[in-house]
Amino acid sequence: MLSTFLSQVVNGLILGSLIGLIALGYTMVYGIIQLINFAHGEIFMVGAYGGLAMFTYLLPTAIQNQWWYALPLLLIAGAGIAVIVAVLMERFAYRPLRNAPRLAPLITALGVSVALQEAVRVFYPNATAAVPFPKVFVEGTLAIPVGDGIVPIRYTGVLIIVVSLVLAFALNAFVNGSRMGRAMRATSQDRDVARLMGIDPDRVIVLTFVLGAALAGVAGILYGADLGLININIGLQNGLFAFTAAVLGGIGNIKGAVAGGLVIGLVKTLGGQYLPGGSPYDYVWIFVVLIAVLVFRPQGFFGETERVRA
Amino acid sequence: MSRRRAVVTAAILAGGLVLSACGTNREEGGGAAGGACDTSKGTLVVGMVAPLSGPLSALGLGMQNSADLAVDQANQNCTVPGYALRLQAEDDQSQPAIAANAATRLASDPNVVGVVGTLNSSTAQTVQPILLERGIVQISPANTNPTLTQGENYATAPQRAFSNYFRVATTDAVQGPFGAQYLVNTAGKKSIAVIDDGKTYGAGLAAAFAAEAERLGATIVFTGKVGENDTDFSGIVTQVRAANPDAVYYGGEYPAAGPLSAQIAQGGLNIPVMGGDALINAEYVPLGGRPGDLGTSVGAPAETLDSAKQFIADYEAANYVEGYETYGALTYDSTNIIINSLVTALGGGDWSEDTRGAVVEAVQATDYQGAAGPVTFDEFGDTTNKLLTVYTVEGDAFVPLETGTYEG
Repeated sequence: MLSTFLSQVVNGLILGSLIGLIALGYTMVYGIIQLINFAHGEIFMVGAYGGLAMFTYLLPTAIQNQWWYALPLLLIAGAGIAVIVAVLMERFAYRPLRNAPRLAPLITALGVSVALQEAVRVFYPNATAAVPFPKVFVEGTLAIPVGDGIVPIRYTGVLIIVVSLVLAFALNAFVNGSRMGRAMRATSQDRDVARLMGIDPDRVIVLTFVLGAALAGVAGILYGADLGLININIGLQNGLFAFTAAVLGGIGNIKGAVAGGLVIGLVKTLGGQYLPGGSPYDYVWIFVVLIAVLVFRPQGFFGETERVRA
Repeated sequence: MSRRRAVVTAAILAGGLVLSACGTNREEGGGAAGGACDTSKGTLVVGMVAPLSGPLSALGLGMQNSADLAVDQANQNCTVPGYALRLQAEDDQSQPAIAANAATRLASDPNVVGVVGTLNSSTAQTVQPILLERGIVQISPANTNPTLTQGENYATAPQRAFSNYFRVATTDAVQGPFGAQYLVNTAGKKSIAVIDDGKTYGAGLAAAFAAEAERLGATIVFTGKVGENDTDFSGIVTQVRAANPDAVYYGGEYPAAGPLSAQIAQGGLNIPVMGGDALINAEYVPLGGRPGDLGTSVGAPAETLDSAKQFIADYEAANYVEGYETYGALTYDSTNIIINSLVTALGGGDWSEDTRGAVVEAVQATDYQGAAGPVTFDEFGDTTNKLLTVYTVEGDAFVPLETGTYEG
């Protein structure tokens, strides 16, 4: 049925662009310091909870129901809190291990991930259970009649796709067009030579974490606004998808992260619809695709084979 | 310098972990012994295993408070001669493995006289054998999976699985068909999609529902499974829409059912979601449940029962932060049955672990007028009370629609 197929494609694109937005943080941090920042998924989760806390405790009730005020404020708050946590994380968990063997920061990242999740669970009121997220965008569904049925598109889903694509293009333009972007690319190619050229690698690395966290914080708010609830597991779940998306696209590559996210979204929904086993097996297909890509094109869709450094 | 920083970082992280560990082991002290009673023989422990944190904590905390109320009253009334009682509530986070740890902690204490709980059928499965080994009686106010009392072949060859296990909630072999009778016969839904979360409770309930619905002439047009931690159900909603049902039955719990209901509406389907007792919760609507959604629950709503008036008044007088929720009255009854059976078993004598066998016997012989109704146990440890209620969402809460006794 055409309408079913198109509905699943829409669902896949919505999930996929959100995953792509998170994956940008994974891919940039890896590009700069070759660190798989496993705590990035929790930054997404912290952004969602931080935004919600701001909404609940700081936003005047009069504004809470007016989405054109509430949504931008929430996005700024979510991104801001995510950035603060990410900068602290970089400063205290990763920078001390900058020159340690690669395994050390990886383990720290896992530790930070667990610590953040537990901290939110213990200290956020009611975070032990799923928490309702306020409706901060136009509610409702656009129903497009197609042949034998309708294709429903949530307005919040449209918001996710638009915001994700705009931010991904903006990031791409920033990295390829600005002075700081050039410094980022230089640092990722060779940190020591970049330092000789007058670039402060520490500043560039912090900037990378800030950009990635801001995107993850925005994604957290969009996720909550779309589905109407958040729980403390969303960071682990979507972080794993995003990491997979970054690897699929070729880790270190911005276009690849977005493409990888879209592939994952489509594989999850279409696999759940059409492949044997149905939706309980949709996670399986995502990782089957990952394995297939790693076997036949280990550098990912857009990745370059890794240069061996002297 | 960099090594010192690393040490400082590690210390901060370790500190954070320790703090969070303290948080998860939160334990409320039981009521102190009433001043006027003779407690010269010491303190005995009533154990509880329930989700005090995690997705179902609202229900679990209501259970903890209700048990606490029963223990407090027993202490004030000097119900157990010579002994003070203490409630020791252990958190299982709705996880079978954590429930097993909690049960082991309780089983290692020679002063535990009985255990109230669990909430989930899946956690009961890991708790039962641990308590059986020490002969500790367990009464669940909420488990509804039939295999817990009657074994794997409950439909064809029922056989008692655990001699120490009882429950005051009726089973899903009754609850599922009861829901089916309402949805098919009363609400007139003939084409139904059935979804469950694959857990002991959800899958068992959905299967019992589907069998009776088909027997009554309805068609099951779609069956599917979701994960209990999922939040995005748009994929399965599209599949449900393709099947074009006029109702959805969900075997599972409110943290997934609420958002599922909301996303069914977003997917362009204007049909109700029905489920079992795990949907009846104040959080269901805030998480996305819609007016018109339905749920069945064991027993009758405490607010409508004359027998529960005293319980409700006492609960409110005790000023607990959380409400007593769905299982409050049933938990209160379970705790009182354990306390009364303890008195019978002691017979004025001293407690030792050998007394536990007599407690189990006394529970089996229970004939108790509880807050939630009369309680007697059959040869499997199931309650003979088959009273159930259908609820529907009106405004932002479930309201009772009709109460009835299930007849096969």
